[in-house]
Amino acid sequence: MKGAQPESANPLSLKERVKLPRQLMLEQPAELRILNFHEVNLGYTEELARQEARRCLECAKPTCMDNCPVGVHVREFVQRIVAGDFAGAASVIREDNVLPGITGRVCPQEDHCESACKLHKKGESLGIGYLERFVADYEQRLGIRHLPAAPPTGKKVAIVGSGPAGLSAAGDLVQRGHGVRVFEALHELGGVLVYGIPEFRLPKQIIRQQIGYMRDMGVEFETDVVVGRTITVDELMQEEGFDAVFVATGAGAPQFLGIPGEHLNGVYSANEFLTRINLMHANEFPAYDQPIVDVRGKDVAVIGGGNTALDAIRSSLRLGARKASILYRRSEAEMPARAEEVKHARQEGVEFHFLTGPIAFLPGAPGWLGAVRCLRMELGEPDASGRRRPQSVPGSEFEVPLSVAVIAVGTSANPIIQSTTPGLDTNPKGYIHADPLTQRTSRIGVFAGGDIVTGSATVILAMGAGRRAARSIHEYLTDGNW
Amino acid sequence: MFPVLEAAFLAPGIRRFVMEAPRIARKQKPGQFVILRLHEHGERIPLTIENSDPSRGTISIVVQSVGKTTRLLNSLEAGDAILDVVGPLGKPSDIGKFGTVVVLGGGVGAAMAYPTAAALQRAGNRVLSIIGARTRQLVILERELRAVSEAVYVTTDDGSYGERGLVIDVLRRLMEQGTHIDLVLAVGPIPMMKAVADLTRSPGISTVVSLNPIMIDGTGMCGGCRVLVDGRSQFACVDGPEFDAHKVDFDVLLQRNSMYRGPEREALAEFERDPQAQVDGLRAETCAMEESAT
Repeated sequence: MKGAQPESANPLSLKERVKLPRQLMLEQPAELRILNFHEVNLGYTEELARQEARRCLECAKPTCMDNCPVGVHVREFVQRIVAGDFAGAASVIREDNVLPGITGRVCPQEDHCESACKLHKKGESLGIGYLERFVADYEQRLGIRHLPAAPPTGKKVAIVGSGPAGLSAAGDLVQRGHGVRVFEALHELGGVLVYGIPEFRLPKQIIRQQIGYMRDMGVEFETDVVVGRTITVDELMQEEGFDAVFVATGAGAPQFLGIPGEHLNGVYSANEFLTRINLMHANEFPAYDQPIVDVRGKDVAVIGGGNTALDAIRSSLRLGARKASILYRRSEAEMPARAEEVKHARQEGVEFHFLTGPIAFLPGAPGWLGAVRCLRMELGEPDASGRRRPQSVPGSEFEVPLSVAVIAVGTSANPIIQSTTPGLDTNPKGYIHADPLTQRTSRIGVFAGGDIVTGSATVILAMGAGRRAARSIHEYLTDGNW
Repeated sequence: MFPVLEAAFLAPGIRRFVMEAPRIARKQKPGQFVILRLHEHGERIPLTIENSDPSRGTISIVVQSVGKTTRLLNSLEAGDAILDVVGPLGKPSDIGKFGTVVVLGGGVGAAMAYPTAAALQRAGNRVLSIIGARTRQLVILERELRAVSEAVYVTTDDGSYGERGLVIDVLRRLMEQGTHIDLVLAVGPIPMMKAVADLTRSPGISTVVSLNPIMIDGTGMCGGCRVLVDGRSQFACVDGPEFDAHKVDFDVLLQRNSMYRGPEREALAEFERDPQAQVDGLRAETCAMEESAT
C-alpha cells in the first residue's frame, strides 16, 4: 500500500504551497486552561487538516521519513489527507507507528521529521505532528481498523514495562504472529505516558484507547508485577516459557541536587510530584486518596529546563500556585524543552529565571521549605554535551522565597533488573548494554531498549528502539541464531 | 485482584489478612513488603509481609487502623478482594549467624519483626524478643514469637500485662545485666527506634531498624521515601527498608512522615462520616471488575 504513490490530489502548484502559511491548531486560551487539567491543544478540524496537508511539496525523495525514528511514511499519509481519505492516512501511519495519538501529541517533530522538511528552509515546516494527531483522533472516533496479523508462530515474548518502548515492540511483535505479554510494575498501563506526562499534554483517555487497541490485537497485559522482584528475567524464560524478553523499564531513579535542605517537606522530585498528580490524581483530593502539598496561593519553583520541568511547573499553576518559576542554570538557548512547551508555559504566566543555580533549600516553618538560596551563573566553555558549561559567579548569592520546590534535573538507571539478571552487562552508569541496531544484550534471548539503555530521551526514540527490538526479536525467533 | 481468604482480628483495630498472591508468596523473604491499593480512587500504601505460604500461594499482612486506607482495609472480610498488591519489595533482611539477637517490636511492629526473628532463629541465632503495647489487649504475636525465641519479654504502658513500661526499658536492663548482644533489630514507632539507636550506639551494638516512610511506587522511581542515612539520601523502597540504626536521621524521617497530616485527617474525617458506605462502594467496584473480567 505504502510503496505505490497515489496520483497527487493536490490542486495547488508548488509555488502556491510554499506561500500558504502553516495552519495553527486550535488551543484553549491560557487564562482558561490554567484553571483546568484539560488538553491545551484542541487539534485541527478536517478543513484545517486538508489545508495544512496541501502545503506538502510531495518530494520525490522525502527526507522527513528518513528522519523519523520509526520511519512513518509521511508523504503517503499526507497525500491521503489531501484526498480526504483520513482512514487511509491512518492505515499508512499504523504500519510504522502503533501509537499515533500519542506521538502526534508529544513527539518533538521539530527535531525529527519537521526539521528535515523542505518547507522548513523556506519558512515554516509542514505541521506533520499536527496532521498525525488529526489522523489518529479521526481514526479513534471512527473506530480503529485492524491491520491483519500474521498467523500464530507459537512463540512467546515477555515485555518488561508498558511505556512507549514496550508498547511499540508489543504492537509490532503481535502483528508478526507472536504471543506477547507485557508486565507493568504499576497498577496502570502506559509507563511514563501515564505517570509522567500530564493530562493537559496527553489525555489518559488517548493512552487507554491505544492500549485497548493493542488488547484487541491480542497483546496480554499484567499489572502489579515488578520484574526483578515479583519474578526474574530468568524465571520468565525458564519457568513461564517465554522465548525472548524485551526489557523496556525506562529511566528510573530521580536525581537530586545533593544540596542542603533537600529533605525539607515541600521539596519533591519531578517524578514524585508528577506521579502524585498524573497517576494518583492528587489534584482531585479528597475524591482520590493520595494527597499533594497544597500549593494554592503559594510560590512554586521547578529546578531544571527540560520537558519534565515544564510539565511540573505548568501542573503547579493548575493546582493554584500564585507564582510559578523555572530556575535553570544555563540560558534559554540550552534548554532541552520543546519550544512549543516553553511558549505555552510563558502564555500561562510561568516566569523563567535563567543562569540560576540553587545551592541550598532553607526552612521556613520548622521542617518545611521556606526559600531557596541560589547563585548567578555564567556560561563557560562547552562541556561533554556540547552545551556551554555554567559556572557560578562568586558573591552572587540571593534567596527566593518558596513553598514548594520540584527537582527536575534528570534520572539515573534503576538497578532492579540489572542486579537480578546474572550476566546482563551494563555501562559504567548502570544502563543496560544493548546493541544500537539489534537491541540485543549480553544475555541470549534478552533484548533491551528505550531509556534503560540510553538514559532519559524521548517517547519517539524509545518507540524507535521498540521497533528495532521487535524486528530483531522476530529474526531471532525465526532463525534461532544469536 | 487479590482475594482475601482470611481476615482475623489479632487485637482491637489490628487484623491479619491472608490473601491470594501466588507470585509474591513464591518470592517473599523476611523484611520485604508489599504496596497495595484498595480501589480505583485509592492511595498506594506499603505494608510489611508477615508470612507467606508458597504452596497455598498466599501471603499475610498485619494491619493497624490508623488512617482512612487502613480503616477501610480493616473493614474487609474473607471473600472480599484487594484491587492491587505488588511485591515483594525492598531488600530482604540480612539473615546470618550473629549469635544473640534481641528483637524489639513496638505495637504492630511485633508483626513486622516476626518474619525476620523467625528466620534468624532458623539460622541458628539465640533470639530474645521484646514486644510492647499500650495495654494488654493490644499485645500481638506473642505466641508466634515464643515459638522462635529463647525468651519473650512483654511490656505494657499501663502495666495490665507483662511489665509496666516500654520495650526499651527491657533492652536497657538486659544490657545493664551484662547480657551479651550481637545484634539488635528494632521495629516500631519512630521515637522508639530512635531511642533504641541512641541506647546501643555508645556500646557499639549493631542495630538494625525497618523504616516506614511515605511511598508511592515502591520501585525507586519517585524518591518520595528518601531517608537520610549517614548524611546521604537513600530510598527506603530499594535501598531499605532496613538500615543501620546508628546512621539514620530519625528526626528527618519523623518530619517527612508528618508532611500530609492535614490531608490525612481530612480524609479520615470524611471516611468516618459513613464508613459502611465506603466499604459498600469498594465491594460494588470490585464485584463489577470481577464480572467484567469473566
